[in-house]
Amino acid sequence: MQALEGSQAIARTVALCRPQVVAAYPITPQTHIVEGIASLVAEGQLDCEMVSVESEHSAASVALGAAVAGARAYTASASQGILLMSEVLYTIAGMRVPLVMTCANRAVSAPLNIWNDHQDSMAMRDAGWIQLYCASNQEAIDTTVQAFYLAERCELPVMVCVDGFTLTHTLEPLALPTQAQVDAFLPPYQFAHALNPMNPWSLGTLVGPEHFTEARLAHHQALLDAQAQIIAADQAWAAVSGRHCGGLLEVRGRRDARIGILTLGAVLGTLEDALLAAAPEDQVRLLKLRSYRPFPAQALAQACADLDTLVVLERALSPGAGGIIGPEVQGALADLPTPPRVLNVAAGLGGRDMPLTLYERLLQWARQPGHPPFCLLDAADC
Amino acid sequence: MQATMHTLATLRQQQPRFRGLEAGHRACQGCGEALAARLVTEAAGPDVMIANATGCLEVFTTPYPHSAWRLPWVHAVFGNAAAVAAGIEAALKQQQRATKVLAFAGDGGTFDIGFQALSGMMERGHDVLFVCYDNEAYMNTGVQRSGSTPHAAMTTTSPSGKARMGKRHMKKDILSIISAHHIPYAATASVAYPSDLRKKVRRGLLTEGPSFLQVHVPCPLGWGHSGALTVEIARLAVQSGLFPLLEMERGEVVGTMPIRTPRPVADYLRLQGRFGHLFGEDHRARKELEHLQALANRNIERFALRGSTPERYDTEGADTVHRGGDRWA
Repeated sequence: MQALEGSQAIARTVALCRPQVVAAYPITPQTHIVEGIASLVAEGQLDCEMVSVESEHSAASVALGAAVAGARAYTASASQGILLMSEVLYTIAGMRVPLVMTCANRAVSAPLNIWNDHQDSMAMRDAGWIQLYCASNQEAIDTTVQAFYLAERCELPVMVCVDGFTLTHTLEPLALPTQAQVDAFLPPYQFAHALNPMNPWSLGTLVGPEHFTEARLAHHQALLDAQAQIIAADQAWAAVSGRHCGGLLEVRGRRDARIGILTLGAVLGTLEDALLAAAPEDQVRLLKLRSYRPFPAQALAQACADLDTLVVLERALSPGAGGIIGPEVQGALADLPTPPRVLNVAAGLGGRDMPLTLYERLLQWARQPGHPPFCLLDAADC
Repeated sequence: MQATMHTLATLRQQQPRFRGLEAGHRACQGCGEALAARLVTEAAGPDVMIANATGCLEVFTTPYPHSAWRLPWVHAVFGNAAAVAAGIEAALKQQQRATKVLAFAGDGGTFDIGFQALSGMMERGHDVLFVCYDNEAYMNTGVQRSGSTPHAAMTTTSPSGKARMGKRHMKKDILSIISAHHIPYAATASVAYPSDLRKKVRRGLLTEGPSFLQVHVPCPLGWGHSGALTVEIARLAVQSGLFPLLEMERGEVVGTMPIRTPRPVADYLRLQGRFGHLFGEDHRARKELEHLQALANRNIERFALRGSTPERYDTEGADTVHRGGDRWA
């Protein structure tokens, strides 16, 4: 164990995965990750082409180009950067290009806000990437290694979502894997469709109505199939490192509780602390949603089958509708014989603090029969 | 020695040419871009990778499940050809491979939406030859004006009418902007001068670092002319001085194609529907014609294009001599 800032830990983990090309454009709170990688390159500790581009659009594009030319590629961004990349992110996924990106989750403007919520990665929900959310910096480390493995095995890009500041700028004791562990787990980069003058492919061609649906279906199926791979990767990494991150969905807290709270990202730690301090009758079942895409509908239904009430706590908002994950969870539970009542709470927007007392409030609402199905925490009427 | 040289030249002439872009693609009859892309890939040879921007070239060459490319080729989005090429180059460099990298884009993907990525790629010094197929408008979407559309040209978004005489703004001087990046090699070429074009492609690829080639490619559909006139119109653009053929190294002009007999711009414009409104009984039309003639005159003066004596490689000679033989000697 060593004391490391989250970003430094991620940078060093990326380096252990031996990327050949890293492309990035600076944006708070992603900067420390890329600075960390740049300094490893400058010190000769990482043999990698570091391309400091002129925009996030180009960061994603350089990573795409490198990956299709046969190099392991990595990028990192956040917020406006993710949105500027968005058309390229869709393209990377649609072309089934394996690469890894860290999203240092941050609110999206306007109003301008550099602090943490999940609006940026949520906006890329339908881009066709695997999205894994990290509840701690240790998970960020372990998920980053798994992400390269998954990307290359599934031929899908992987977005590792790490809460900006809350994780990226927090110093804590962390276990970094050894180079030998990573090398044992992660084989050298292989991309079956890499550009090759001896066997020329055309990648990213025009596809008409007669084939487009099939291409989309194949992509959809690849993401569904990735569920098994995500579980397998987590287990395989646990065999090497002794640590796992919870596969698709992890159940914590009191298993026999009739009230559950589902959330994703670093706020899980806060809820867990509060739960441990609560009286036994006030302890709930905690569900950590690690894989948001693919969406583990089946695992979710299993984990919630005997719940009376499920609170879905999320850190993004779909203005004019309400929550983003809440309705998806509700849909996944709809076929249960007695589906739990789902309360959807959006909180912690733009870095608003989520204190330990949040747990008690959520519990209160869960026990309150007439509570509205959606509310924006901290807002006047909630 | 003489005999060996002769045999080599003969052998080379007898060998089938490498074709990077095959027949059977869906380009219009007389497409200047398709012809130029064939010439560029022919000159570049088989050991290259291509990053292509969205546009006609991408669409007409790769309607799935067909592809006209015999080269490794990737298309991502409209504005990122230079960045994708930079990524490919970074990967090849890291793997110490000698394969050359080409980026292909139209004028939209170069002058407008792709410009930022292009500027960044050049600033970072990637070893990429960026080829702009300049047909002076957004042809793939149905002939809308671009930053490259010449002054007074009619497009669907710069129509002529009672209040307007086509595009109100000037064609962006992209070569000057590119040369301000002080890259090792930048040039203009025309589909009317294939030997010159091939020479510039080879030079660009031999140059270490970023190089840029702007190829003038008439578009029969967008410019409003018969497909049989593509090469003739491209030649007139050069001979009139409206599209000077230049080579620049590190921001300095190092070579030009001399114009043996400058042709009036009207000879070039008259053949094209997009300039049809300049040939009516209208004082505005006369003014616009004079303006375009002045632009051509300025190019001729600025780059000293007027050849004093007939030269082998001037606008009359360059595309008619040295096919095969002299090139290899």
